[in-house]
Amino acid sequence: MTWLSDDTLSHLQYIAETPDLTGTRYQLVRELGRGGMGVVYEVHDRELDRSVAMKVVDDPARGEAQIIAALEHPGIVPVHDTGVLADGRLYYTMKLVRGVRLDEWRRDHRGRTEALRLFTRICEPVAFAHANGVVHRDLKPENVMVGEFGAVLVMDWGVARTDDVEHDRVIVGTLGYMPPEQSRGERADARSDIYALGAMLQFLLHGEPVPRPLQAIVQRAMAKEPRDRYADARELATDVLCFLDGEPVSAYRESVFERSGRWIGRHRALLAIVAAYLVMRVIVFFSMKL
Amino acid sequence: MSVAPFPTTRRSVVIALASADAAERTRAFDTLVACYWKPLYKYARVAWHRSREDAEDLTQSFFTRAFEKESLATYDGAKASFRTFLRLLFDRHVSNDWKAGQRLKRGGAEVHLDFEAAEAEIGRDSAPVAPDEYFHREWVRSVFSVAVERLRAACAVEGKQTHFAIFERYDLERERETSYRELAARYGIAETQVTNYLAAMRRRFREQVLEALREVTATEREFRAEARALLGGSR
Repeated sequence: MTWLSDDTLSHLQYIAETPDLTGTRYQLVRELGRGGMGVVYEVHDRELDRSVAMKVVDDPARGEAQIIAALEHPGIVPVHDTGVLADGRLYYTMKLVRGVRLDEWRRDHRGRTEALRLFTRICEPVAFAHANGVVHRDLKPENVMVGEFGAVLVMDWGVARTDDVEHDRVIVGTLGYMPPEQSRGERADARSDIYALGAMLQFLLHGEPVPRPLQAIVQRAMAKEPRDRYADARELATDVLCFLDGEPVSAYRESVFERSGRWIGRHRALLAIVAAYLVMRVIVFFSMKL
Repeated sequence: MSVAPFPTTRRSVVIALASADAAERTRAFDTLVACYWKPLYKYARVAWHRSREDAEDLTQSFFTRAFEKESLATYDGAKASFRTFLRLLFDRHVSNDWKAGQRLKRGGAEVHLDFEAAEAEIGRDSAPVAPDEYFHREWVRSVFSVAVERLRAACAVEGKQTHFAIFERYDLERERETSYRELAARYGIAETQVTNYLAAMRRRFREQVLEALREVTATEREFRAEARALLGGSR
């Protein structure tokens, strides 16, 4: 029997996995990454003379391309085309996203406000998917791309599930972002994605002093019991926006002192004008007495 | 889309091991031995630091006992992959042998294995790694070797020796510095044919790997997980 060296083994693994694009309009450029249930490549579309991303999927039964195609949203990468490779594997192509992953973006962007605004934009496509009966099940910073102009795209719907599909009891997701019920192999629903969003918010705030209302938002999103979490991603985003605008957040009951402090913080300009007016009145009062 | 991404022609021998039909059980067992004996022998030599003679006896006795006692048929796919199950069973076998302080006696019909070849390979393998990683690497090597041999045999039957020779030169012997033009000149064919032959051989090699894998896994889920472990770990 032929002895295969380590070098030959690596090469054979590579050629066995590399998609055979014979008979397609695509030419392989490079591997972009590995995700839920497949490998993503950059390929060149010879007909349209453009680069696109191609995902070669392990399990066509999951209908990943169909799930994404049903979700037309600016925060979800559109599917261009699906097909079968010469070796029988299923692929689909989609827009090639230029940008950085959220975990990379976090390394270069430290401003809390910017991170929170970005987070609310991540919630939008997730809320849209939930409204259409789709649960992502593997939300994490590595699956979010931040485009060149700040656009946010939620990627890798490889393990996503629609409401009408029977529960398969397979544990999917990523530790640290996976809610307790999902790690027990129980059915994941929209609130499971809320937990992952909470973990992503925590990730974005890591290393910063986090005010109590913001802590409360994270805690509510990551509550152990799904019923204690936000009902949907929009509600979570609204709470974060309220925090940014200096409004009360639903996840946190503040004291009178905190409410006053927040009110003062929000109306600083008005208070300055009132204070200046009062000072002026005092000056006028005393100058008239003299 | 109705095309299956993985070939489904061969039946899982892991399931066939529990068959009521003795002939089917024997066939399944032979396939299993072909894929696993070398990784287990090398594992005994390298990870368990057993002498050549001990490792030979341990490998022989493991398969002989497994066949006689039908212990492999107790495999439960819900607990672990068959590969892990087999390695743990082998670990227990080696450990019991060590506790007994004597080599296990061979019994029943012996499995005939080419230990000379396996021994020669040990010196050629790369630097040692952790035991489970070592076993995994040897298992990959074994499955790939089985696939290569099956491909060679199929090409001989179909009269596609040139196809296989090009695959052998370029992908197995790693003569990748050799250009397609040189290969075309060597085999007296057009350069485009070299490209086509190589693409076809690579596709068929992949099919052979997956067929071999399907045989040594019990469930569809395990098969997919092992396919990922086998094909996805190179980079």
